[in-house]
Amino acid sequence: MTAAAIEICQTYKRYGQLQALNGIDLRIEKGEFFGLLGPNGAGKTTLINLLSGLALPDAGQLRIHGHDVVRQYRTSRRMLGVVPQELVFDPFFTVRETLRLQSGFFGLHHNETWINTVMHNLGLADKADTNMRRLSGGMKRRVLVAQALVHKPPVIVLDEPTAGVDVELRQSLWHFIRQLNRDGHTILLTTHYLEEAEALCTRIAMLKQGRVIALDSTQNLLGALTGCRVRLKLAGELPASLLPQVIEQTDKDFLLTLPSYSALEPMLTTLRTFGITIQEMTLQQPDLEEVFLRMVRRDMQ
Amino acid sequence: MLSFYSLFYKEILRVWKVGFQTVMAPVLTTLLYLLIFSHVLEQNTNVYPGIDYTTFLIPGLVMMSILQNAFANSSSSLIQSKITGNIVFVLLAPISYWEFFAAYVLASMLRGLVVGLGVYIAALWFSQPAPVAPVWVFLFAILGSAMLGTMGLIAGMWAEKFDQLAAFQNFIILPLTFLSGVFYSIHSLPPVWQSISHFNPFFYMIDGFRHGFFGLSDFSPWLSLIVTGVCLLGITLLALRLLKSGYKLRH
Repeated sequence: MTAAAIEICQTYKRYGQLQALNGIDLRIEKGEFFGLLGPNGAGKTTLINLLSGLALPDAGQLRIHGHDVVRQYRTSRRMLGVVPQELVFDPFFTVRETLRLQSGFFGLHHNETWINTVMHNLGLADKADTNMRRLSGGMKRRVLVAQALVHKPPVIVLDEPTAGVDVELRQSLWHFIRQLNRDGHTILLTTHYLEEAEALCTRIAMLKQGRVIALDSTQNLLGALTGCRVRLKLAGELPASLLPQVIEQTDKDFLLTLPSYSALEPMLTTLRTFGITIQEMTLQQPDLEEVFLRMVRRDMQ
Repeated sequence: MLSFYSLFYKEILRVWKVGFQTVMAPVLTTLLYLLIFSHVLEQNTNVYPGIDYTTFLIPGLVMMSILQNAFANSSSSLIQSKITGNIVFVLLAPISYWEFFAAYVLASMLRGLVVGLGVYIAALWFSQPAPVAPVWVFLFAILGSAMLGTMGLIAGMWAEKFDQLAAFQNFIILPLTFLSGVFYSIHSLPPVWQSISHFNPFFYMIDGFRHGFFGLSDFSPWLSLIVTGVCLLGITLLALRLLKSGYKLRH
């Protein structure tokens, strides 16, 4: 069996009273686009910090392409490119200097061609000689991505890369990351935006209080939710027989769950019987948010 | 090796980019010390026979600048990187703790020595103490800057806020430098303070350095060399141990 891109075995990490990671097992294959989801404080960033060596595990093994992140950190870190969550930068340097230095840290000399390619792909080319301080937040974010890619790592970790980023950058960033994934890079993404994970990731793990509470393909996780939701705007009151299905109500706006699409017709019949006019109606697909909330709720019970 | 070189280069580039503040400013400050102290004390103080006070003062001030700037470099670079968060770029890279240590300390030594040289050159305008034994001068400059560069590294790792670093600087580094005989020979002190001074490692660095200039010192330069060497070894081992464990860097 060849080594996985990322392999995490029985990993524990405690910060004071907080058990940040409580026995994580996870295997991410090469070439995957993997999503790591969870509420704040679930342990996503801690897990990434352990993978990248920013923190040391209390117990357990973490390997990148088969290289232990503690004992073989030199090799494992070369395999890994991390885009940190915080918008950090070194105010002393220009974009190009930043990228050259980062190349050097990874032992790469004469990396100019690749640095230019990365800058071009991230729309940084015309900012190459601008000091980091003078860049906008979005531009700084792009430099962070460029820094993570400067040593052509086979595994790329993005820790909430689109938090506070404008739509245009989000689009171009995902375009570029998808391209990298198609070129064979393994992508590990943490995000708050479920629709983002839904659109991009082939497999998803959900973390809660330092444990993996769900791990499956995005398709299966969504498939686990049968049925749909319907949002109605009515001219009158909702018939009493439909009340149990209501999840949300604001004035004459109702959000109802249906066990399946076939339950739609009987619902419409009921409305017709009571002579209630539908002013607006939208059908909603189950999304990861729903799966996520269910998982988190189920886990609490 | 290239990782080390890049980190070292980054540190030097940082110093260079704010050279006015990192090199020119300390040279100017030290010259002010020289101007004021030599003006006030020239008439009343005679430390070594045949050497006027201004001449006596110059090597001490040169060494003091070397020490203070070596300390300031590693400590402020680290604390800034920690507080702004850009230390992660170094921590994410495959840089060993040895390379990390060597890059920060060597860059600090270089800044300390450049400032020291600047002070010496500027001070030549006041008096021209030529070293009688340049080897001692060179040796103590190297060891002293290495020692303070390493102390700065430890302080930078330890401090979590600027005021903690300032406390380290004001309550440890500054008293140790000022009470080390920069401005006087400890033989002019009351016996109690003389004995206390013997426990100050900075005293030996300055005494040894000054010996290189005048061939005269409070102690034998060999003793100063041993004390400085042992202290440097101890502090280096401590720094390497802390770095290896990831103390306050890798949580």
